Amino acid sequence: MILQAQNIAKAYGEFRALNGVTLEIAAGEFVSVIGPNGAGKSTLINVLTGFLTPTAGRVYFKGQDITGLAPGRLARLGMARSFQLVTIFPGLTVLEVLQVAVLSRLRRGGRLLASLARDREVTAQATEVAELFMLSEKLGMVARQLPQGDKKLLDVASAFALHPEVMLLDEPTSGVSTREKHTLMAILVAAAKRIGIRAILQVEHDMDIVFGYSDRIIALHQGRILADATPQTLQENDDVMRLVVGQQGRPPGFGRST
Amino acid sequence: MKVWIPLGSVLLLVLALPQLGWPYYTILMLSFFAYATALLGLNLLFGYTGLLSFGHALFLGLGAYTTAWLTSVWGIRSMEVMLLTAMVVAVLVAAPIGALCVRYVTISFGMLTLAFGMLFYSFLLKFYHLTGGDEGMRVLRPVLLGCDFSGMPKLSFLIGPYYYYSVAVLAIATGVMWRLVTSPFGLWLKAIRENPVKAAALGVSVRRYRWYAFLISAAYAAVGGALLGPTIGQVDPGLTYWTQSGHLVFMTLLGGCGYFLGPLLGALVFIYLQDALMTMFPYWRLVFGAMLAVLVLLAPEGLLGLLTGRLGRKTVRAAVS
Repeated sequence: MILQAQNIAKAYGEFRALNGVTLEIAAGEFVSVIGPNGAGKSTLINVLTGFLTPTAGRVYFKGQDITGLAPGRLARLGMARSFQLVTIFPGLTVLEVLQVAVLSRLRRGGRLLASLARDREVTAQATEVAELFMLSEKLGMVARQLPQGDKKLLDVASAFALHPEVMLLDEPTSGVSTREKHTLMAILVAAAKRIGIRAILQVEHDMDIVFGYSDRIIALHQGRILADATPQTLQENDDVMRLVVGQQGRPPGFGRST
Repeated sequence: MKVWIPLGSVLLLVLALPQLGWPYYTILMLSFFAYATALLGLNLLFGYTGLLSFGHALFLGLGAYTTAWLTSVWGIRSMEVMLLTAMVVAVLVAAPIGALCVRYVTISFGMLTLAFGMLFYSFLLKFYHLTGGDEGMRVLRPVLLGCDFSGMPKLSFLIGPYYYYSVAVLAIATGVMWRLVTSPFGLWLKAIRENPVKAAALGVSVRRYRWYAFLISAAYAAVGGALLGPTIGQVDPGLTYWTQSGHLVFMTLLGGCGYFLGPLLGALVFIYLQDALMTMFPYWRLVFGAMLAVLVLLAPEGLLGLLTGRLGRKTVRAAVS
C-alpha cells in the first residue's frame, strides 16, 4: 500500500466533515473520490496532504506515519497535490512557476547566491514538464495572463514537476469547458505515465471522467464511505447511484459501454 | 542592456560628487548610502517575500548603536569589525523575533514588528547606563581598512575616505542582494509572496524561508545603521522611534517596492526632499503625508514605476523584477 488512511475524522465544532474514513491506495491505481457537495471530499484531500490535521485517525505514506506533517514536508517526501480552484503564482512566469517545483525536487531552494538563470538542469526539467502539458510556447508568459484552461494546466503541471510518487488531484477538470476536459485528462494520464507517478487519487464531479478513467471509485456521503468498488460494481449499487451519482446525472454513455 | 547606460551614468555622478564642491549635498549622500543599504534588506522582506515590517528601525538602531558601543566603550574603531559585529548582533536579535513574527502574517506581522521596535526604543531610553538614555552615545571616527584618518578635518574625512567607503559598502550590498533575488532562494521568496499555500504544496518550507528573509533583511538594516553611525557622530533613541520605521516603509513605497532599485531611488528622493522641505517650512510631514496618499492612489508602483512606464516598461521590468 502506498497510501493508507485509517479511521480519519475531521470535525469543525459540531460538524463532522469526515467520520471514520478508511481507505488504501495501491501502486498502479487510479482512484476517484466522488460524492455530493459537502460530502467531505476536499477535506479528505486536505487531510491526506497535510493541509489539515485530522481530529482522529492516522495517515500512512509508504508505511510511514505522516499524520500532522506539514505540506512542504509531504511534497518533498513524494506526495503532490493540485487544487480545486486554480492555485498558481499569479505574478510569476510559467517557467518560474515550474522552476519553483523543480528546485524543491532537486533540493536546491536553499541556494542563496547561485544564479538560477545559469542552472541549466532546473530550466531543462521545467521546460520538459511544460512540454508534457503543452505549455512550451508560453514559458515567458506571466501566469496571471494565461487563459483559464492553461492556468488549470499550469496548476497541475507544477505539481507534476515535483515528480511525486502519489498525486492527489482536487477536481482537475473543474472550471474547464466540457470540450477541454478529455484533452486535459489525456495530457494528465500521459504525463503521469511519463514521469512515473505510481498512484493517482482524484476528487471529481464529472461522472464521465470518473467512470472513464478510474480503476476504483470511493463514494463519500456525509463524511462516511458509502462504497469503495470498481466502476462496474458501483454501477450496480443502487444506493450509490441514487445518493451520489444520481444527483449529478448518470454518466452518459457509461451504460452503453458495458 | 539598456539599464546599464543610466546606471553607469548615475554611478559616475555619485563618484564625482565630492569633487564638485557641494560639501553639504555630498554629506547628505552619506545618509542615502546608509538608508539605501537598509532598504535593500527591507525590500527583500516586503517586495520579494510579501511581509511588511513596521519595526525595521530596530535593526537600523542596532547597527548604529553597535558602532557607538564599539568605538566609545570598547575602543574598537575598525569599520570592518563594526560592520560585521552589527550584522551578527542583528541576526542574533532577529532570530527569536523573526521566529515569532513569521508565525503571523499580514497585519499581525506589521503590528508585531512595530511592537518589538517600540520595545527596543524604550530599552534604549530606560537603560541609561548602557545606552546613554535620551542623550545617546558618541560614535568615534572609524578606521577604514586599517587606515587611520584621525588627523583629517571632520568634513574632509566624511566627504573623502568615508564617502567612498560607503559607496563601496552599498555597491557590495547591492551586488549581493542582486545575487540573492536572482537565485533559487529568491524565486522561492517570490513564490511565497505570490501564494504561500501553493508554495507549501510545492515543497517550500514557507515559515522557514520567511524567517531567512527576515534575518537577511535585519542584517542589511544593521549594516545601514552602522554606516549611519559615523555620519551622524551621535546616536540616540530617536533613530529607532516608530516614525523611523515608517520612513523606511515610505521610502520603499516612494521608489517602488516592485523594483529591485525602487527603494534606492526612494531613499534618494526622500532624503533630499526632506532636507529641502525642512528648511522651507515646519510642516514638512504634511507634504510627505499628502505624497503618500497620492502615491498609493495614483502610482502604486512608485516613482520607478512611473519612470519606466514612460521609458518602455518591458525592458526595465525584465531587468529588475
